[in-house]
Amino acid sequence: MSAEKTAGVSGNKLARAAIYSVLIVFAVYYLLPLYVMLVNSVKPLEEIRQGNMLALPDVFTFEPWTKAWSSAQVGVQPTGLKPYFFNSILMVVPAVAISTILGALNGYVLTKWRFRGDDIVFGLILLSCFIPFQIALIPAARILGMLGIAGTTQGLVLIHVVYGLGFTTLFFRNYYAAFPTELIRAAQIDGAGFFQIFRRILLPSSAPIIVVTVIWQFTNIWNDFLFGVSFGDFDSQPMTVALNNLVSSSGGVKEYNVHFAGAILAALPTLIVYIVSGRYFVRGLMAGAVKG
Amino acid sequence: MNRNRLQEIIPRLVLSPSMALILIFVYAFILYTFYLSMTDSRMLPSYGFVGFENYAKLWDLRHWWRALTNLAIFGSLYIIICSVLGLFLAILLDQKIRGEGFLRPIYLYPMALSFIVTGTAWKWFLDPGIGLENTMHQWGWASFEFAWIKDRTLAIYTVVIAAVWQSSGFVMAMFLAGLRGVDSEIIKAAQMDGASNVTIYRRIIIPMMRPVFLSAFVVLAHLAIKSYDLVIALTGGGPGQATELPATFMYSYTFTRNQMGIGASSAIIMLVMIFSIIIPYLYSELKPGRQR
Repeated sequence: MSAEKTAGVSGNKLARAAIYSVLIVFAVYYLLPLYVMLVNSVKPLEEIRQGNMLALPDVFTFEPWTKAWSSAQVGVQPTGLKPYFFNSILMVVPAVAISTILGALNGYVLTKWRFRGDDIVFGLILLSCFIPFQIALIPAARILGMLGIAGTTQGLVLIHVVYGLGFTTLFFRNYYAAFPTELIRAAQIDGAGFFQIFRRILLPSSAPIIVVTVIWQFTNIWNDFLFGVSFGDFDSQPMTVALNNLVSSSGGVKEYNVHFAGAILAALPTLIVYIVSGRYFVRGLMAGAVKG
Repeated sequence: MNRNRLQEIIPRLVLSPSMALILIFVYAFILYTFYLSMTDSRMLPSYGFVGFENYAKLWDLRHWWRALTNLAIFGSLYIIICSVLGLFLAILLDQKIRGEGFLRPIYLYPMALSFIVTGTAWKWFLDPGIGLENTMHQWGWASFEFAWIKDRTLAIYTVVIAAVWQSSGFVMAMFLAGLRGVDSEIIKAAQMDGASNVTIYRRIIIPMMRPVFLSAFVVLAHLAIKSYDLVIALTGGGPGQATELPATFMYSYTFTRNQMGIGASSAIIMLVMIFSIIIPYLYSELKPGRQR
């Protein structure tokens, strides 16, 4: 072994070739299910049943996609996934916006306007990230009923805001903790108030953490199934619930190609976010792993 | 002076809606569910107090034991395989790999997908009729058999396969961040002493990854206990009760079997499991940051 090599396996060509092949094998493993879904979503059903799951389509058709989007049987009605897609959008946008704004303000207070007992408050908020939601299902159903928003999009927005607050607060708190407090003291001496300082000093430099938080919340809320299935109605059920209904609806022929197209449709928004801004997505995941 | 008083109150005022929501939707809900677990609630909440009777019934149910056993199998394999695979891939990727920027997002993208999508994809992939088994037969390997998903004792391992596919890339990213943080001076010094690369990893670098192992363990354990969507989409808890987990148990007892008291007590047990992992972890993570 030569000494001029730095970290890592210094190596002869064979070792490097082995490393590359292992890495590529794993890349195939991670891509395979996506590939299978894509390829089979553009095959006629007949070809899926007769043919090979990995083979490229002989006959190329977009029909499963249009069917999954607008005419497939979801639950009892042949509406396709379209209405549920918009249910999801209507739920995700306000829930992400509200929970991010509240999280930013909470993080600001917890780092720059500290008060006695604030770490207990933070502890209570933080712990809420980890509760199993099964604990909340029964009482949440009752409260939503009492508020008259059971089965509505507003109800789901409320639920997602509440159970997202822990993470959004955590993200902003950790970010603002590193922000120089002297700047804020100086602004205070100049007579700036609470909201002025937030708007003029903290907010302009918060872009990265806002992106991280929005992506995190978007992904989590879009992908949620448990709350959607527990508290959603036809008018409010999100995409994940509809996909599950589409795939598991018994009776008739199983239209695998339509299922695959539907699954990709459900995955598309988060996949696009991931492709466009993967770096921030990873940062959110890391922060979610609690780096205190 | 008046203005100053106001400035003192505003931060707390800003924090209070979030705090109120969390106190109600998290902590009051926990208490309410705990109370329900001590009542004779069936289809609807009812307030006849029965003490710990539901817990006694719960622990007498074979169905519950099945869910716990499955969680033990699923959870331990999921955590171990994800950690080992994640560390392995991270070490390989850390060898100054060309195309790392291309490979890393491929390993990580499943984390952006909904478990419902993952479940749908793997359900068909593992289905002997159209999936892997069928493909192998088409390729001429007639004796190939892979029908775990239909097998009562093996089905739980298919949940492991799909869950590992979804999360291992994330664990890889955590380890990669850890490896990048290792001081290269230490490695150089070890190389000067003539240590081989395997020795350097085994004796120096991997032991330094202890905090990452801990974070990965906590994140994965808490995901495992909460696992619900994946099982619903992949197997629906079946065949029979073969892939039932505490989360699916709680849902079916509470909402479809009308045994709300027992459902609530199972939710409390889940909460205790998660808190006994999370609270010590958060406590140790947050302690050093306190004086900030």
